[in-house]
Amino acid sequence: MSLVASVLEKSGIATVVLSVLPEVSAHLTAPRTLLVPFGLGAPVGPPDDRDTQRRVLQAALALTAEGAVPVTRVWEGAV
Amino acid sequence: MRASDLPIKYRLMMKAYRWRRIEPVPAALLRQPLASARVAIVTSAGLVVRGEPPFDLARRGGDPSFRLIPDAAAPADLEIHHRSEAFDRTGLARDLNVAFPRDVLAELARAGSIGSVAARHVSFMGSITAPGRLIRESAPEAAAVLHADRVDVALLVPV
Repeated sequence: MSLVASVLEKSGIATVVLSVLPEVSAHLTAPRTLLVPFGLGAPVGPPDDRDTQRRVLQAALALTAEGAVPVTRVWEGAV
Repeated sequence: MRASDLPIKYRLMMKAYRWRRIEPVPAALLRQPLASARVAIVTSAGLVVRGEPPFDLARRGGDPSFRLIPDAAAPADLEIHHRSEAFDRTGLARDLNVAFPRDVLAELARAGSIGSVAARHVSFMGSITAPGRLIRESAPEAAAVLHADRVDVALLVPV
């Protein structure tokens, strides 16, 4: 998906990647990455936990305001 | 989740995989407040609208194609076609938002945190070990669709 991010960025669309695998993101370095502590298959957060899901997306989308890229943040919210 | 928690098959695959590096990292800056930006989802959960061609699970190197998912598609009309056994489907089956956060984006749009939600989202299958065609063809095609829909920000959700 970081490869897709690169193509989208080159075309002018800002991207944010949610990543559950820090090792992979470190290899690929998308411009904006939020590392999340959830399992494979559920990067946005636990099912039916809309409050966590909303806060994860807010944190991820907020990365678009960062001036310097690449930027990687770790989701610090409660799981 | 650490890569070391994955089944041995996937750990070995990751070890052997030649990570493509793209340097310098290209970056598009968002030239407007998020509160007026249009956001689309790009997921690799392998979602397909019922009745459309499924992803090719047997294709060597992975199926690099994508499907468009209308924002208004009913959950009952979305199917999961994915070759990877590494991720847990139960969460996704119960609540699509865990990897396709359409309802969450709708909430953010209603609250004014984002400008709007795109009319169409993009679904890949992931598990693409030979990404040549993905980079040359399908990802640029997906970018063209997002441009046509005037999308400013793509939220990438790799499962």
